[in-house]
Amino acid sequence: MTDGTRSNSLRSGPSPSGHFGDGLGGRFVAETLMPLLLELNAAYETAKADPEFRKEFEFYLRDYVGRPSPLWFARRLTEQLGGAKIYMKREELNHTGSHKLNNVMGQILLARRMGRSRIVAETGAGQHGVATATVCALFGMKCVIYMGATDVERQKPNVFRMKLLGAEVVPVTSGAGTLKDAMNEAMRDWVANVADTYFLVGTVAGPHPYPAMVRDFQTVIGEETKMQMQDAEGRLPDVVIAAIGGGSNAMGIFHPFLDDASVRLIGVEAAGHGLDSGKTAASISRGRRGVLHGNRTYLLQDENGQIDEAHSISAGLDYPGVGPEHSWLHEIGRAEYVGVTDDEALDAFQTCTQTEGIIPALESAHAIAHAIKVAPSMSPDTLVVVNISGRGDKDIFTVAEHLGVSL
Amino acid sequence: MSRIAARFAALKEQGRGALIPYLEACDPDFDTALALLRGMPEAGADLIEIGMPFSDPSADGPIIQRAAQRGLKAGATLPRVLEMVSAFRQNDADTPLILMGYLNPIESYGLERFCADASKAGIDGLIIVDLPPEEAAPLEGPTREHGLDIIRLVAPTTDDERLRLVLNHASGFVYYVSITGITGTRSASDDDLTAALTRLRAATDLPVAIGFGIRTPEQAASASRIADGAVVASALLATLADTLDANDQATAQTVPTVLQGVRALSEAVRRK
Repeated sequence: MTDGTRSNSLRSGPSPSGHFGDGLGGRFVAETLMPLLLELNAAYETAKADPEFRKEFEFYLRDYVGRPSPLWFARRLTEQLGGAKIYMKREELNHTGSHKLNNVMGQILLARRMGRSRIVAETGAGQHGVATATVCALFGMKCVIYMGATDVERQKPNVFRMKLLGAEVVPVTSGAGTLKDAMNEAMRDWVANVADTYFLVGTVAGPHPYPAMVRDFQTVIGEETKMQMQDAEGRLPDVVIAAIGGGSNAMGIFHPFLDDASVRLIGVEAAGHGLDSGKTAASISRGRRGVLHGNRTYLLQDENGQIDEAHSISAGLDYPGVGPEHSWLHEIGRAEYVGVTDDEALDAFQTCTQTEGIIPALESAHAIAHAIKVAPSMSPDTLVVVNISGRGDKDIFTVAEHLGVSL
Repeated sequence: MSRIAARFAALKEQGRGALIPYLEACDPDFDTALALLRGMPEAGADLIEIGMPFSDPSADGPIIQRAAQRGLKAGATLPRVLEMVSAFRQNDADTPLILMGYLNPIESYGLERFCADASKAGIDGLIIVDLPPEEAAPLEGPTREHGLDIIRLVAPTTDDERLRLVLNHASGFVYYVSITGITGTRSASDDDLTAALTRLRAATDLPVAIGFGIRTPEQAASASRIADGAVVASALLATLADTLDANDQATAQTVPTVLQGVRALSEAVRRK
C-alpha cells in the first residue's frame, strides 16, 4: 500500500477531498451517498494505518491470491521482435485469473471491518465480478453483480462462474448494456440499500476514496515488479506498458514508478475501430474533462455533455471514462496514453499465445500490441515490462468469432 | 423577493403546502412538454420542476430514466430546455420554475453561461443531483450573481453535523429525499416524515419540500401538510408513459391525462 505522506512526490495524491491536480477526481454523488463515502473514507484511513489490517491483507495476498506473481522474461517474443527486452508481469496467474483479486481482497477485508453483509459490484468483462463473487464465497457474504446485458452475452463463461460462486448476476438493459450502465445500476442499488451494503468498485474510478483505495490495493503489482526487475537486471525497467479501461492494472504497476523519472509509463487505451472512427473507448485520447460516476475525469461525450457509448472488442475496456489519476498523469505528462485497435489486439493475442504459450486477456492483448509496435525500434538493452493483467480463457469465444471459427 | 420565496410565503398565508409536479424536458417531444408545462399552473401546480435529460441519471429509477431517454431522443439539449422555459414565461410571470439535472451537461455548457442564460429564460432555482456542497464552489458565484437558488437535497442518511453544512449552501427551499433509494421506488411513512421534518425545522427556516416516493394524491396531501411542499415526479411520468403510442410518441390523451393527474394531486393538497 502507498505511503501518502511524502511531499514533492507524484505519489502523494489525492488531496484529502479526493482531488488530483486541478479539480480531477472528487466526489460527485447524490446527497444520500455522501455520508456513506465519508464513512468509507474514515474506515479506510483507519484500516490503512492499522498494521493488523496490512498483515491480514498480505496473508490473503500470499496464501489465497497466490502472490507474488512472477516477472517473466519473454524470450521468444523478444527474439521475434528483435529490439527491446520484453518482460511480462504475470498477473494472469493470480487466483481467478486477473489482477482484479488484489483490490477485491483489500476491499472485502474492509467491508468486513465495517460490518457490511451484502456486496454489490459492477463488472464489464466479468473479471471483477468473478473476483468479487470469489471473496464473497470465501467469507460467506451475499453478492449481487450488475453486468450489462451485452456483456452478459459476450462473457458467458464468467457469468456462469459467478453463479457457481453463489452470486446473483443482474443483467442491465439500460443504455448499450455495457460497463457504464452496470456502474449506474450498482450505484442505484447502493443508494437503495445503504444500511447493509458495501459497493465494491473494481477500478480506480468513482467517487473518492475509491480511486485512491483501489490504487493502493493494486500497487503491489508495481512494487513486486520493481524488486523483481532489480533481481533480474539489477536496475529499473525503461518502459512499463499496461492496458487501460478504468485503469486499475495500469495504476497498480505505474504508481510505484511515478517518482522514477527514467521510467516511461505508457497506458494503452482501446481504440476500438480506430481512434477517429467514432467507435472507440479511448477516453484520454479522444475525450475531455467531465463528471460521471462520482468523479471528474476524461470522458467520451458529445458537445452537449451527454456521455457517449464506448466501443471495444474487450468488454473490460469498453468504458467511456478513465480513473481521474490517469487523467492527471496525462495532463502533467508523466504518463503517455496511446491507442490500440481491436484488430491489433487480436493479432497480439495470437502472437503472445504462439510465442510465449500464454493466452492473454483481450484487455492485456492491447498492452502487448503496443509493445509489439514499439519494441523493434528500441535497442536490445532497453527493458520493457508489459502487464499481463488477465488470462484469456474467457475471451476464446469472442476471438473465435472474429477469426471466423465456430466452436 | 424571489418567485420561490414569494410563492411559499403566499401559500403559508393560505395555510397549505405546495404541489410541485415534475416534467422531463422534450418528453416525449418539445411541443408536448411545453403544453404540459403551460397547463400545469392552471391544473394546480404551485412550483414546477423541469428535468434536464442526461444519458446517465444514476440517482433515478427506471421511470425517470426512460423519460430522460425519450427526451434525449427528441433532441433535448440545454438550449432547447431554456427555449421551452422562455416560451412558458411569455404567459406566466409568477410560477417558480426549478431545473433538475446532473452536472456534466451544465459544465459542458459552461457554468457561468448557463446561469446567465437560465436566469434570463426565467428559471428560479437549480437542483443538481450529483453536486454536493463540497464541490459546489464554482457554481455558487454564478448562481448568486444571476439570482438563482441552489436547492439542496437532504437525505435520511444526512446526519446533524452534515445537515448544517448542506443547509449553509442551500437557498430557496430544501428538498427532503424521503427514502434512501432512487426515484419512484418506495415510499416513506408519515411517522418517518414527521420525525425528519422536526429535525429539519430545528435546523432551518427555509421551506421544505418532500420528494421521492410520493405517488398518490393522498401521499401528496399528507406530505404537503407535514412539510411545505410535495414533489411528484415518477407517478406523473408513469401516467404520461401510459398514454404514448407504440413508438413512444404523444397521443391526443397525453396532455389532458397528465394534467388530470396534476389536478387530482392539487385537489388533494388543497383539501382542508
